[in-house]
Amino acid sequence: METPVHKAPFHKVRVKTMMPPGHIRTPAYLRGKVGVIERPLGEFGNPELLAYGHQGPKKPLYRVRFTMAEVWGPGAETPTDTLDAEIFEHWLEPVE
Amino acid sequence: MSDTPKDFDGRRWHDMGGQPAGPVKPAEHDFALWEKRVDALQVLMSSKGYFTVDGLRRALEDMGEDAYEKYSYYERWIAAVNQNLIEAGLYTLEELGAKMGEVKTRGGTYGDASA
Amino acid sequence: MPHDHHDHDHFHHDGMSPSGHPYRADNDTPLTYWQTMEIAVREILIEKGITTPEEIARQIDEMDARSPANGAAVVARAWVDPAFKTRLLDDASAASAEMGFDIGGLRLIAVENTDEVHNMIVCTLCSCYPRNLLGLPPDWYKTRAYRSRAVKEPRKVLEEFGVTIPDQVKIRVHDSTADMRYIVLPARPAGTGSMGEAELARLVTRDSMIGTGLPKTP
Repeated sequence: METPVHKAPFHKVRVKTMMPPGHIRTPAYLRGKVGVIERPLGEFGNPELLAYGHQGPKKPLYRVRFTMAEVWGPGAETPTDTLDAEIFEHWLEPVE
Repeated sequence: MSDTPKDFDGRRWHDMGGQPAGPVKPAEHDFALWEKRVDALQVLMSSKGYFTVDGLRRALEDMGEDAYEKYSYYERWIAAVNQNLIEAGLYTLEELGAKMGEVKTRGGTYGDASA
Repeated sequence: MPHDHHDHDHFHHDGMSPSGHPYRADNDTPLTYWQTMEIAVREILIEKGITTPEEIARQIDEMDARSPANGAAVVARAWVDPAFKTRLLDDASAASAEMGFDIGGLRLIAVENTDEVHNMIVCTLCSCYPRNLLGLPPDWYKTRAYRSRAVKEPRKVLEEFGVTIPDQVKIRVHDSTADMRYIVLPARPAGTGSMGEAELARLVTRDSMIGTGLPKTP
């Protein structure tokens, strides 16, 4: 089991940019985007294994908050509006 | 959808967030009995452990964009439920094919055939 | 646009089914391939003793009993009972179960609308929805248009629902990407100070709990 990236909320993370094929619950529009952990949600079955009939270890899941400016750049509808998504730890890397 | 093969970046068709799309039309309908039965089969078979919600989604995603545009929600769901049950080994395609053939002989409407 | 999406002229109408949708014709259209498959799969599972007709009927009844009225009751309770509201925002699954709603394994998070924040729920990857509390989602929630645009231009989408959010109010979109489901706790409308819980619940629309609508005003 990996150690969680951050147990405490409001730490900065970047969503990994990798684009493997298959059943993945990290939306493409968030790849490479930087957000803050709003709260840890606990550990959950890994959809990338469950989808193919395998179990594997559970993975920590976080609610990550992004600004619309970060996600959509200068074209954002209202840059200060925010977006929350649930992202598994193995899709996050810490940002210093 | 307008992506050429050269532009393809790995984003799959169902991963729609932020893609251009038309206005949201406030469409809704009540569910027909057969749709409710598909829903019930999905809940029951996954709660019995024959597949997971991710297995169901995986089958729906693998059906592709054409199926999403062409078939209704529960049409795609019964296809995905069946796919997962076949993979779980609960029955064979031979059994399914024979049963579907028999069902069709019962009548021309869902009401007649689902006696 | 998938072909099963029957457009209707209006949105929050009376004459809705228990699950909060307009009624539609059922069993008298020509049998389709997919319907044939549903019958066949169901009967094979019954013949093999994996399920029973009673179990399927019970499951359908359970789903039919889930409707936006359940969520409305939870919202109205939170409007009149500050301690319940605290518990709801802390653990919406436990708070819903406390009110007697059978929500199964639903992991629910309630997000509160205030003078500063308006919340809105979407699932861009499929159609995740708090179905064990609110019943099955409306068709529009599952469309390409809603799934694509709610995360990028929520204000424009809200305008299409007839909802204008003032510039000074922040929009917070929730993309239900994994194991959590979300319900919006809308702000209690002004002028409802004398209303009781049951009366308040009737102001709470399904869309106000998705964030694409606001509660009715008295």
